[in-house]
Amino acid sequence: MKLRAEGVSRQYFRQGKGTNVFNALKETDLTLEEGVVTEVTGRSGSGKSTLLNVCAGLLTPTTGKVFLGDTDLYAQEDAARSRLRNESIGVIPQGQTGLRSLTVLENVLLPCVMYGIEGQETYAEELLEQMDIAELRNAYPSELSGGEMRRLSIARALIRRPGILLADEPTGDLDDENTHIVLSLLRKCADEGKAVLLVTHEAEAAAYADRIYRMEKGVLTSQEG
Amino acid sequence: MKFANSLAWKNMKRKPGRTAALILLAAFLAFSVFGGSIVVKSLQNGLDSYESRLGADVIIVPNQARSHGSIESILLQGIPGYFYMEDSVLEKARNTEGVEVATPQFYLASASAGCCSVSVQVIGFDPETDFTIKPWIRESYSGDFGDGDLIVGSNIEIPSTRKLTFYNVECNVAAKLARTGTGLDNAVYANMNTIRQMMESSVLLGFDYFSDVPAENAISSVMIKVADSYDIDQVTGDLNIHIRRVEATQAKTMISGIAEGLTGVSRVIGVMVLMIWLLSIVIMIVAFAMIVNERKKEFAVLRVVGASQKMLSRLLVSEAGMISLIGAVIGVGAASLVIFPFLGLIREQLDLPMLLPGLPVILVLLVLSIAVAVIAGALTSAISVRKITRGETGLILREDV
Repeated sequence: MKLRAEGVSRQYFRQGKGTNVFNALKETDLTLEEGVVTEVTGRSGSGKSTLLNVCAGLLTPTTGKVFLGDTDLYAQEDAARSRLRNESIGVIPQGQTGLRSLTVLENVLLPCVMYGIEGQETYAEELLEQMDIAELRNAYPSELSGGEMRRLSIARALIRRPGILLADEPTGDLDDENTHIVLSLLRKCADEGKAVLLVTHEAEAAAYADRIYRMEKGVLTSQEG
Repeated sequence: MKFANSLAWKNMKRKPGRTAALILLAAFLAFSVFGGSIVVKSLQNGLDSYESRLGADVIIVPNQARSHGSIESILLQGIPGYFYMEDSVLEKARNTEGVEVATPQFYLASASAGCCSVSVQVIGFDPETDFTIKPWIRESYSGDFGDGDLIVGSNIEIPSTRKLTFYNVECNVAAKLARTGTGLDNAVYANMNTIRQMMESSVLLGFDYFSDVPAENAISSVMIKVADSYDIDQVTGDLNIHIRRVEATQAKTMISGIAEGLTGVSRVIGVMVLMIWLLSIVIMIVAFAMIVNERKKEFAVLRVVGASQKMLSRLLVSEAGMISLIGAVIGVGAASLVIFPFLGLIREQLDLPMLLPGLPVILVLLVLSIAVAVIAGALTSAISVRKITRGETGLILREDV
């Protein structure tokens, strides 16, 4: 499955002197293809996460469209768009995002339970094995380290076997060993046929990416050629 | 819905402090609604019961009634009292135009001395002409009620021998009456012959209740039913003019004093319930707004993994609904524990007739109170839900990082 952003931009309105419009993302085109890790790098506040959220269907672009396959994501009603995201887009958000009231296993199964999809427990266990956190299945997020939490987010993003994987600073506060583990897992996902968007400011990530873009003041430029 | 309920339940369990505080708030709301409505309903019932037991349009009592216990305190509060006038008043009343039926009543305060089993108010009536006590007795007792028989109010304990003695007149207890919530529950009832025997015996025992009225001719009050085509005001006025040394009063006037007291108490309770309501609802709105604000990231994560705005609303409303339901059940239970066993004490404090409504009414009030608390919880949370579901998830994630 392919995700295509065409001419997407996003403005924010904020209080302050002079102009109150802030162009977080200027008109941008981006295509995520199967089997490819696309890295978007850049400084904090450059617009990387805005682009990822627009691609995920979580932030309506001021201009432009996002196509998931042939489906215009933002032409859908909220319920349909949410379902599409649940089925086809795995999002690994920035920060610690485990639900505190659920165990690790319940967190991973959350996208399935939400739509009444049963029988995914074995696959969830497999994912936990792959992420090397199987022994923590009954632990709560508050008992996990940063690296374990990030791997939980990846397992949760993969449980619905989505074609697209969007990772926002997945190695943000991890040590070298955990950074390597997480980036390797994302690489593996691409090798298995997923389209992966990796938003990061880690220089190390370049080694795992097929395409690298740089975002500066909302403008996206390719780093190749 | 299954998902929403199950996640809501887990959220509640994982945050026991927050859940307990919200449950307490909902319990407080349900307590005030249920407790308040039961008290107000009991007061209304008490008044209705008193009005129907009084059963007459006009009541004649001697002028001296005020100094020996008013009819209101005898009938309403159950304070034993007595006053007498000659039975010629009855004939004069019967001869007054517009009087359809006139029947005498006899009030005898039993003594606490050895001649009497218990200290209560004894009320006598003439079975031939009575239209106020008999219909009420018929509700609880359909057997014979002859000379030497007594029927007792609901607060009177019946001895195992079923015998009670007043002024050395031994009587047989035939039945116990249904509860009225008034002083009538503390009285015993006898027919005219029985009470006359007690009255005469009391004279022989040296009790001087009758002053210059011969005990064999003494009556305490005359209950009057006015004929349909006559004006009660007019008939009351005529009775006061034509019969000397007595006071004819409309039963409606006697009730109005109690009704005014009841209206006042009901209004105070109503205002208190309303204040508690407003306060609880404001606190609930603020509490839910704070909770939703604190849980913004959690809701954003749910959106990220595919929850629609509708699912999120359902989750939050279902969490608020469950909390309110548990709180409401606790609140209603606590109100029941306070109101039902202590109704007598509340009645004493308010000094107004109180009669608990029947079980079906109590059940309706119970269900309504629970429903009101659950709806209030769901609606107050809905205000915060609107705010969270309207926000763009991308912006929430951006704010929160």
